[in-house]
Amino acid sequence: MKHFLTLLSHEIRMLLVSPSTYIAATAFLGFMGFMFSGILETYSKAPQEISPAHQFFQFFWLPVFFMVPLLTMKCLAEERRLGTIETLLTTPVTTTEVVLGKYGAAYLLYITLWASTGGFFYILKRFSGDARFIDLGPLVGGYAFIAVSGLLFVGIGVFASSISRNQAVAGILSFSMLFALIVGGGFITQTDWIKRDTMAVFKAAVDYAQIFVHRDDFTRGVIDTRQLLFYLSGTTLALIFSILGVEAKLLHS
Amino acid sequence: MSLSPSTPAIEVSRLVKTYGGVTAVNDITFSVSRGEIVGFLGPNGAGKSTTMRILTGYLPATSGTVRIGGISVATQPHEIKRRIGYMPENNPLPEDMRVSEYMYFRGRLKEVPRRKLGPRIDEVLEICDLKRVRHKIIGQLSKGYRQRVGIAEAILAEPPVIIMDEPTIGLDPHQILIVRDLIGSLRGRMTVIISSHILPEIEVTCDRVLIINQGRVVAQGTPADLRREIFGHSSYELQVAGDIGALPAVLGEIDPTLRIASQGEPDAGGFRHLRLNTDREDELGETLLRTLLAQNLRVRALSRTHPTLEDVFLAATRRSWDAVIPTAPPPAARTDNEGANGQS
Repeated sequence: MKHFLTLLSHEIRMLLVSPSTYIAATAFLGFMGFMFSGILETYSKAPQEISPAHQFFQFFWLPVFFMVPLLTMKCLAEERRLGTIETLLTTPVTTTEVVLGKYGAAYLLYITLWASTGGFFYILKRFSGDARFIDLGPLVGGYAFIAVSGLLFVGIGVFASSISRNQAVAGILSFSMLFALIVGGGFITQTDWIKRDTMAVFKAAVDYAQIFVHRDDFTRGVIDTRQLLFYLSGTTLALIFSILGVEAKLLHS
Repeated sequence: MSLSPSTPAIEVSRLVKTYGGVTAVNDITFSVSRGEIVGFLGPNGAGKSTTMRILTGYLPATSGTVRIGGISVATQPHEIKRRIGYMPENNPLPEDMRVSEYMYFRGRLKEVPRRKLGPRIDEVLEICDLKRVRHKIIGQLSKGYRQRVGIAEAILAEPPVIIMDEPTIGLDPHQILIVRDLIGSLRGRMTVIISSHILPEIEVTCDRVLIINQGRVVAQGTPADLRREIFGHSSYELQVAGDIGALPAVLGEIDPTLRIASQGEPDAGGFRHLRLNTDREDELGETLLRTLLAQNLRVRALSRTHPTLEDVFLAATRRSWDAVIPTAPPPAARTDNEGANGQS
């Protein structure tokens, strides 16, 4: 892990000089700001049962579908397309360090972007002068959920990038995998066949992986170690597959 | 590097690489001693790049062993990576970094101590004549500069072994000269393997040449050795007029192996072109001239021809295509490639 910090700082630097980062950041903040003001509008019309923070995090999946592929699709696919992966891996660095460096930089950017939405709540508190709007529990829970689930989502994006040399393919692949992960679970539980007794084990597994349920738990302030384990083990798996993806491509290139 | 100086810098033994059912490298054996500059020649798809990638530890070999400085590439790839500077085919570089930033990043990855890195970067930029562009973005540099950035990067950490895959591809003659001098300046200090299609290039720069075809080493040695080995004879070209009927016998008196390899039709002045081959290495020109004049033949021109490396390359690769036994070492038997001889 000697070179991890060198690689990480290099990746962060590369992200910071890339115009696409700023485009993605502007689009993300613009979109989230639009959502946030929409939420506030509903509050101004009629009293709501849940806090604005709770409602805000309900839409977490929308930016995830677009941001994660955009942030991660380039990382390994581009290195492979340009051939710079060859110069990179013929220095004394390991594939693990390379993948972790890329992953770390993408995750930090993802978290930074989400953290900047905290400004919305600050503005709300500042100008409404009403502390009731800021319900600290759902806010902290929501950001904790974003931080923990982001580990897995970004990991999936890096994995998609590791198995292709084309950025577009990597992007679509990571979008599909994220879509299946986030929406697929809810979709399966609504089908009839999963309700059969023989499917009980399968149903338990699907219930365990319900990301929307996890979000609700987090925003209610329930942090379940099983859910943490789900994301951590998923992330580890995604990163191991990414490393294998890079190395398998080496063997057959 | 606590190795005895007698250990060869690179030792490749019975190296085989197959992928997707294709044998890219088929039983290659060679060794390179320290401080030597070795040229890798071969037609496209001969296995040059694959061999180089295996040498760097980037690709695993199917079988066989590669040792760099006595260390096995397969079992200690990390040690190897500290000892090589590698410039891949097409010289991939990140587009959106400045030259000095790239050098710094690569230096850190190659474990050059932070203290020494700054002066060392200045030094390699100076060597490669890149000082003027050190703050430019690599993506905006011309091909010649990019190529030199690749070379500067390869020698940055002062590795004992440098492997460069076609370092002069796409350069103009002036830049080729610069790169050639650059590689020449490494002679004795670093072991260098370069591959190239530009044969005069290899001939000038390299101490030794390895010709690879279809995954096999078909010839190796100094350019002069290769000429001898592949052609096995010296040639003389002359233009004579007169009766040449008695010539073979006369030539036999000069040297038993001297014979007429080809002869042309007489032109308007009655002169015809003759090509003579002999196994003798020493100069026969004067004796030949005197003998011919004594025979009352009129001589207009006489010259000794030297096959270029190009001819050697063509002859060696052609021979390997004709070869039936795949694992046979380059046979000592000579082939008659009369047509391939060129005048130098």
